Amino acid sequence: MDQQKNKKYGMVIDLDKCTGCGSCMVACMAENNVPFREDDTDKLLSVSWMQVYRLSNGKAFPHTEECYLPRPCQQCEGHHGHSPCVSVCPATATDYDMHTGIVSQIYTRCFGCRYCMAACPYHVRQFNWWDPVWPTGMERSLNPDVSVRMRGVVEKCSFCFSRYQTSMNKAFLEGRRELEEHEYQTACTQACPAGAIIFGDLNNPKHAVHKLAQPDLAHEGKPRNPKAFRLLERLGTNTKVYYLSSREWVRKAGDNEVKIA
Amino acid sequence: MDSALIPKGVKRCPIGQFALFIAVVGAVLLWGVVAMLLIYFKGLNQTNMNNAYGFALWIWADLAVIALGGGAFFTGLLRYIIGKDELKNIINYAVLIGFVCYSSALLILAIDVGQPLRAWFIFWHANVHSMLTEVAFCLTCYFGVLTIEYVPLVLENRQVDKVPFFHHLSHNMHGIMAIFAATGAFLSFFHQGSLGGVSGVLFGRPFGFRTGINIWPWTFFLYTWSAAACGPCFTILITRITEMVTRKKLVKDNVIDLLAKIAGWMLLTYIIAKIIDTVYWATVTAPAMGFTLMDFYSNNPGSAYGIWILIAEVGICGLLPAVMLVSSGIRRNPTLLFIAVTLAAIGACLNRWVMVLQTQAVPVLSFEEWFTYMPSWQEIATTILPVAYGIIMIALSYRYLPIFPQERELNPIEGGK
Repeated sequence: MDQQKNKKYGMVIDLDKCTGCGSCMVACMAENNVPFREDDTDKLLSVSWMQVYRLSNGKAFPHTEECYLPRPCQQCEGHHGHSPCVSVCPATATDYDMHTGIVSQIYTRCFGCRYCMAACPYHVRQFNWWDPVWPTGMERSLNPDVSVRMRGVVEKCSFCFSRYQTSMNKAFLEGRRELEEHEYQTACTQACPAGAIIFGDLNNPKHAVHKLAQPDLAHEGKPRNPKAFRLLERLGTNTKVYYLSSREWVRKAGDNEVKIA
Repeated sequence: MDSALIPKGVKRCPIGQFALFIAVVGAVLLWGVVAMLLIYFKGLNQTNMNNAYGFALWIWADLAVIALGGGAFFTGLLRYIIGKDELKNIINYAVLIGFVCYSSALLILAIDVGQPLRAWFIFWHANVHSMLTEVAFCLTCYFGVLTIEYVPLVLENRQVDKVPFFHHLSHNMHGIMAIFAATGAFLSFFHQGSLGGVSGVLFGRPFGFRTGINIWPWTFFLYTWSAAACGPCFTILITRITEMVTRKKLVKDNVIDLLAKIAGWMLLTYIIAKIIDTVYWATVTAPAMGFTLMDFYSNNPGSAYGIWILIAEVGICGLLPAVMLVSSGIRRNPTLLFIAVTLAAIGACLNRWVMVLQTQAVPVLSFEEWFTYMPSWQEIATTILPVAYGIIMIALSYRYLPIFPQERELNPIEGGK
């Protein structure tokens, strides 16, 4: 199946607009029943499908500049769906969906070997070191469309896949096979007060993500927009999350450059 | 008290002394079992692993013991397939060490997974593209082969051998052992290689990633090669330690010398290949991904992963023991041989350490820092557990089974009983 002829959901995050408020992280946790602990200060042990990084240009005042970079799962396509994590999972507990371009995670099949975590350079895959414990009463506010996860399995951002399923069900009932752009939007996109996160089908020229990123399908989706970049482009992960920035140092921070003397 | 079980014509320490030794090692084993139960009941939160260090001490231990246990397949290959007949005097011990190493690896893997009750999914829902799947299949099959190779030894126990069925079974199993040796070598080639591929295929991790032939990264071949080189070194090392503990000569010098010589040439050729691989990776593969060699060895906390680690692995624990082992004068000096095989074994462990731990530690995103990790006591205890188990297995096997065919000849006892 050719990914270029199907839907290819992706994201464009405008870093010039992001204020680092963290609304996307909160919305994501609420939408996807992401577990948390009473003391969740150790971020290497906590689960956060969406994480906001703070970048600095490393210069002293008054030339200091900062930038906030929200990082969901980059939904790597690699070469023909050979994303870093999907290819290594020994139990086929994660899969690259050629219909949507979304990398799934099957929680009930994952047996917690964590090879996918070792494979992912973006640290989007996180482990449930503990069983989820919800504050009393909070279990009633959990999203019924998203299964909660148990201790000992890996989880990650799914581009709010349950929303896609819900929208597709509705469309099918109405006799449609296609979704309008607004019908499937992720929680982080809708929560962002600055409108910095844009979501849609990268293969659809009418969608905003396509217009903003201008992916070059002949060259594994490399952005043609000079302001756009993807994280770690050189690794060949062929991600579906594009970042926009008018600042050169931010664009350069997206990848590693060998400095030739 | 247990003299009826001890092989004829050899001398063993008094049962009390043996029991005390087992009790001390058993206490260490028990400590590991307590940690293992804690992990099983409370989960992997008992470790100091985290989302940046999904692979840590246990995966290293797995890779290391499998490399060190490689002496079994390679000695078997030399003895049964290539026809180095002298090695029949050390093959039993090589098989025993391999059996201990592989059973330890399986035990550690069983502890290491987040949902142990689903561990069978690796076979049921197998993803044929995953190196771990290949490791799981080949490792399990090869453990079966090692068990088949070890069983005839158990059947040779004085009392078991008295049962005609077991006597004939043992005899017949010995007769077809070449088939299992060949099977073991075939399986080992693949799972040792696949373990090399575990890091080598990670194209999102520039420190571990290697190019290669088709689906196999260069580390696939390097791991098999290094296991064939360092496994026999570990067999020699454990043989020498056993001789020190028992205060007896158990294997003749010409046998050790032959194995050490072959291991030396394997190590020398391996380390040349490893140097070529490192140079290619440092000058072509890594720069294409945006990294220089020194990006992987600089600015990390406490220089835990400084360039010293590469020099130690390739130079001090690679090239040096290789040169020592191929030089007959050095190889025949017992002290220098001991140093050489120890360095070679450390070299294999160091290689597995960096390929597992340093691959995780190196920051890949330009705005991240190095990740640090220190294992918890539960991780350390469960890693020492197999060592204690191995010592007990070796002690019991040495006491009750005819592991060393030359022992009687080398240590004649009065009366010849």
